[in-house]
Amino acid sequence: MLNSIDRRILRQWQFDPTLTPAELAKRAGVSLGKLGRRQARLRDEGIVQGVQAVVDWVALGYAVEVSLRVTLDKTQPRAFENFITKARDIPEVIEIQTFLGRVDVRLSVIARDMAHYQNLYRSRVLSLPHISDIEALMQVAQIKNDEVLPL
Amino acid sequence: MIDLDDIDFAILRLLSEDGTQGAGAIGRVCGLSQPAAWRRIKRLRDKRAIRGLKLRLDANKIGFGVTVFLGVKLALKGGVGLEDFERAVTAIPEVQTVEHVLGLYDYRLRVVARDLPDFERVLRRRIMTLPGAGAVEANVLLSEERLSGPIGQSRS
Repeated sequence: MLNSIDRRILRQWQFDPTLTPAELAKRAGVSLGKLGRRQARLRDEGIVQGVQAVVDWVALGYAVEVSLRVTLDKTQPRAFENFITKARDIPEVIEIQTFLGRVDVRLSVIARDMAHYQNLYRSRVLSLPHISDIEALMQVAQIKNDEVLPL
Repeated sequence: MIDLDDIDFAILRLLSEDGTQGAGAIGRVCGLSQPAAWRRIKRLRDKRAIRGLKLRLDANKIGFGVTVFLGVKLALKGGVGLEDFERAVTAIPEVQTVEHVLGLYDYRLRVVARDLPDFERVLRRRIMTLPGAGAVEANVLLSEERLSGPIGQSRS
């Protein structure tokens, strides 16, 4: 579990992952040596999984993002596995989530424009196995997307 | 929109796995000199192909055992606007992402909580009391995978 020093470090670190170690140590109120040791431990324990660059799909020309909420035919014993395996093969699928609730699986699909999306939807998405119902939410804007945990 | 070649895609892929890699390390993998790799990375940043860095944490290990996606339908009346809802919802610490969507719901929220009773507290005290909030649908996240998208290895 985390102690208060870990929390201080993680709070500052997730708020701005571009900080230099010296700056991060200063903001978290720990010495540079201690920061290094704590960071190494947080990584070793798998609490910190990595620091990743966030790709901006809109800047790369993918203007459309659609959330597809899928209900599967659960009478098929391997519905989840088969559906997810095939969904992974669609390059424009950037997220696959499974749920407990009204929705079984959600796919995030990106496309260059609506024509591209329509083509993807018809030729790739609708041919995925075991779909019993599908509904789409089109993203208009991301209001908040930092995914910071309330530590 | 910017023009990118296969090397740019390879760099994006490498950085989206580990964003702390320097130009030297990136260059060695992509067959570029350190300065050439540095120029390409700088261009990707300048053109906003890379939006920034994100620290990936295992929420479970820090004690956030429950992630719930909420679909929220607005029931706007009496001078409450979208801005009021957005301002209030983004201020809730447990709300990690807010998307404005078209379709069955108006907003899609990603909410973290320590456990189900904690989630119920967030839902009742924070979400249900938001200005303009109407019907809410909740789906509890069981598993999640993020893919590298159209910049991935065997992809166009």
